[in-house]
Amino acid sequence: MRRIGVFVCHCGSNIAATVDVKKVVEMALNEQGVVHAEDYPYMCSEAGQSRIAEAIKEKQLSGIVVCSCSPRMHEATFRKCAETCGLNPYLVEIANIREHCSWIHKDVEEATEKAVILMRAAVAKVHLNAPLQAGESAVTKRALVIGGGIAGIQTAIDIADAGYKVDIVEKTPSIGGRMSQLDKTFPTLDCSACILTPKMVEAASHENITIHTYSEVEKVSGFVGNFTVDIRKKARFVNMDKCTGCGVCQEKCPSKKPLNEFNRGLNTRTAIYTPFAQAIPNVPVIDPQSCIKLNTGKCGVCEKFCQVGAIDYTQKDEIITESYGAIVVATGFDTINLDKYGEYAYNESKDVITSLELERIMNAAGPTKGHLERLSDGKAPKEIVFIQCVGSRCSDQRGKPYCSKICCMYTAKHAMLIRDKYPDTNVTVFYIDVRTPGKNFDEFYRRAVEDYGVNYVKGQVGKVAPQPDGSLLVHGVDLLENKQILKKADMVVLATAIEPNPDVRKIATMLTASIDTNNFLTEAHPKLRPVESPTAGVFLSGVCQGPKDIPETVAQAGAAAVKVIGLLAKDKLKTNPCTAKADELRCNGCSQCANVCPYGAISYEVRQVNDHGIREDRRIAVVNSALCQGCGACTVTCPSGAMDLQGFSNRQIIAEVDAICR
Amino acid sequence: MSAVERIKEISGVNPLKCMKCGKCSASCPSFDAMDIKPHQFVSYVINDDVEALANSKSAWKCLSCFACIERCPRDVQPGKLIDAARQMLIRQRGQEGLSPDEIPALLDDETPQQLLMSAFRKYRR
Repeated sequence: MRRIGVFVCHCGSNIAATVDVKKVVEMALNEQGVVHAEDYPYMCSEAGQSRIAEAIKEKQLSGIVVCSCSPRMHEATFRKCAETCGLNPYLVEIANIREHCSWIHKDVEEATEKAVILMRAAVAKVHLNAPLQAGESAVTKRALVIGGGIAGIQTAIDIADAGYKVDIVEKTPSIGGRMSQLDKTFPTLDCSACILTPKMVEAASHENITIHTYSEVEKVSGFVGNFTVDIRKKARFVNMDKCTGCGVCQEKCPSKKPLNEFNRGLNTRTAIYTPFAQAIPNVPVIDPQSCIKLNTGKCGVCEKFCQVGAIDYTQKDEIITESYGAIVVATGFDTINLDKYGEYAYNESKDVITSLELERIMNAAGPTKGHLERLSDGKAPKEIVFIQCVGSRCSDQRGKPYCSKICCMYTAKHAMLIRDKYPDTNVTVFYIDVRTPGKNFDEFYRRAVEDYGVNYVKGQVGKVAPQPDGSLLVHGVDLLENKQILKKADMVVLATAIEPNPDVRKIATMLTASIDTNNFLTEAHPKLRPVESPTAGVFLSGVCQGPKDIPETVAQAGAAAVKVIGLLAKDKLKTNPCTAKADELRCNGCSQCANVCPYGAISYEVRQVNDHGIREDRRIAVVNSALCQGCGACTVTCPSGAMDLQGFSNRQIIAEVDAICR
Repeated sequence: MSAVERIKEISGVNPLKCMKCGKCSASCPSFDAMDIKPHQFVSYVINDDVEALANSKSAWKCLSCFACIERCPRDVQPGKLIDAARQMLIRQRGQEGLSPDEIPALLDDETPQQLLMSAFRKYRR
């Protein structure tokens, strides 16, 4: 019989205000095997822990139950406390009477009854707990960063500077990401490319960084410290070792119809292309959809003009397999599709554009060489209307419920730049709220109003109506004047909501990392672990976790790098001893467990068993405890009840249920 | 049941979802004819001043065009609130517009039924 101690925490008033802790102590003493029970205001405090330690020693406790907060908060604390007193840490159970009880109930009597029941279940489980020993696993000292935008680049540089190898996998032909598409950056108005390209060059020339562009993560297996990743390197049709980046092939390519993705489809590019002048690597790719040679067998112009013989039409996609200790997701964002917002006439008029399209129009390397002009007729717009919150802060089914966070600032930037460069162009911004928290942000917005004469009008626009004369009639409202406004504009710019890159769902599934209803990756803790995924070994950098601007992205990228470095600096990781185990007498070798195991931890061997005196060879499941993460999928799948999870055995769980139902 | 509760019940709208963006007023074709503007409907309900809303010109100037209902980013749909205010007033006066056996003859495949209902409440007062 175990000698069990029960320790009930008040958590200040968090628990004690709703649960009668004295009553829980009193009831605990009635439980079989409980030889000690006490309550204390803060069990997790040093004084609280020393009371536990004393009780373990004095009463020779062989199992303890702490009735407190979620095991996610303090299970490790109390296990460590037990271990220092010579009690196996897996003989500690937590009854969560805070998150599961006091925080969600109001009635003291009912909450107390529930707390007693939770305590009773934990006591019943401790009776059956077995001492377990944690194993060890090695750490592969190499990190993978998925996404080569500013978030991924910064994370990779910071990890590489600490002396660890990093690979960046980028889907497009060049690293640089969204930031490379921006013209200027707020609130200092420095040129985006001028501050980004040195980072790109640094990453490319760093001895510890390997960049795989035009590549995608195909498959991920393994676990923290030991991931195995298949990377698909898409066929470039250009030999990277031979190409000098001279650009002649792009000048000569006769296929000029494909839309230029880098310029948001506002103009076209050739079939062989580098997305932009500062691309890294400066090696073009051939887009197989629009290449004449690859589709018809005729052409071959690029091959003819290439002086170094770098063109190779026979290239195939290649899959490489690499091992990593940690994975950082930095997949970034895109703007939402505006098909559902017919009232803004985005699909009807070329002169209704998104803010990201305006960035390309304002950029010297963009479709208009940096001249602000209407895409319909090339005329200079004299009246420009900006509409804020297009698809952001929408709880209808069309948009996103969150604030995209960056739009207020980039709109102030656009308005200011236009007024500065084209002083005879009027700029009106229709806003709901102007949100400018951030260093020098509100000052920046006020400069747009006070120094540059940008006209801010409070009220959302109802409709944009293209007119026969080519202008756009904006139906707006000035809520402060309580007047409707009909404004004729030459150009309308939509501050379109941002959303996580659509590929993130696929990547999150491969990594078993959780995402929220908006496809943003979930943090391990929203405040205290903001750059870690709940999945061990997976880290978050940039907008994939939530909307943020460049300074915040860079800060988060550094934070993610520190977490990766902390992991890679360890030679060994303690493994979770709560792994699955098969009962050889019950296992019938059906393979169902192996089919559901997400970690590939289950294999089979033929073994001689002695089943009640009958000796025979049977096919039996064997769990590799180094690979098993204790998820329990096999235990619920096993049709014969042969699979059991140590620390959470079927017997233990049934005992808990029995105690609850008693 | 208070007037506010009745408005909420009839319209099925939670006025607290409104973020005061004004898209309803920007969209409203009857804006200039109204004394209380569409974006203000919500505040009148929240501030428990349903009587003023029901007795306003706006109640009878709303065309039930549903532009505000269609475009409201927060699903507050001020058009439903004003329609509910109107309906409440009519019920108080005991002037419920249609009897059930009159309806089939009025139905037309081309006309949205909701529009028909809204129009009836207004023009048979």
